[in-house]
Amino acid sequence: MSREDDVLRAEFDLEFTYTRSTGPVIGRFYTDLRDGKLCGIKASDGRVLCPPQEYDPVTAEDLSEFVSLPDTGVVTVWNWVKQPRAKHPLQKAFAWALIKIDGADTPMLHAVDAGSESAMKPGMKVKVRWAKERKGAITDIACFEPA
Amino acid sequence: MSDEKTMVEGFEAPISLHYTFAAGHAISKFLRSMKEGKIVGQRSPATGKVIVPPRGSCPESGKPTTEEVELGDTGTVITFTVVHIPIPNNPVKPPFIVANICLDGADQTFIHLVSDCNNDDVKIGTRVKAVWKDKAEWDYSMDNIKYFKPLDEAPVDIEKLKASRLKEVGKYRHA
Repeated sequence: MSREDDVLRAEFDLEFTYTRSTGPVIGRFYTDLRDGKLCGIKASDGRVLCPPQEYDPVTAEDLSEFVSLPDTGVVTVWNWVKQPRAKHPLQKAFAWALIKIDGADTPMLHAVDAGSESAMKPGMKVKVRWAKERKGAITDIACFEPA
Repeated sequence: MSDEKTMVEGFEAPISLHYTFAAGHAISKFLRSMKEGKIVGQRSPATGKVIVPPRGSCPESGKPTTEEVELGDTGTVITFTVVHIPIPNNPVKPPFIVANICLDGADQTFIHLVSDCNNDDVKIGTRVKAVWKDKAEWDYSMDNIKYFKPLDEAPVDIEKLKASRLKEVGKYRHA
């Protein structure tokens, strides 16, 4: 018997129960998600940012002009996940993708349930699959699926 | 349009880290003794000080510690705090006392609860004794001691305690 066998081991969970405050901009975005809608925010150069940002990326001014957006978009780039981890949004192979929502100029990161890696194409059209129960969080979007 | 009253203002973002904790040889030995209801520390060959729970090496010199020293379950409160905020999923209800306790014959403190007393009566230097769980419940755990309970003894001047310990441990220095 090696000395290693003398060592006691135990399972141990370290948990931090954070609640994060959203502020007026992300709060509005999450409120819309809860209501089954998407919104962006207009920047000083006329671009629509989705998800909305609190400050202008060029001038750093406060942003407040919200723009309603549809729940469809286009995949720009993606990474195929063959073996999802326990906390991933899907428990089968899926893609992490940057998705430009129709009417927005910046992409958002979310999961795409495409079935197989070969189904993923640059420029593919996708649509939000809403979570059955929505509570005002990014997880209100269960994932995107091919449109 | 969203009603202002129902605007989302926050979201839960718990961070959970799952570990398999390996106790190491010194703590494994210590916990095996705890399962038998014995508190066993180790003496540093460099300083003569008794470390409990032992880490397998002297914190001052880094030298390996092998000499075992069985200790009793009485000690002195070196410092403490009264906790007023509940710990999620913890059965202990506030206000409760968390103390740094130095066992008699040891030279290092560890943290444990002080209970079954009036919190206002606990002072630096209060003498305490371990209250153990039923023997049937003993495990490889410091939790075999439910808490420490103040003894009906006069508080100790911890500066004097420290000085007398330093004198005592001098006899055991052999490295």
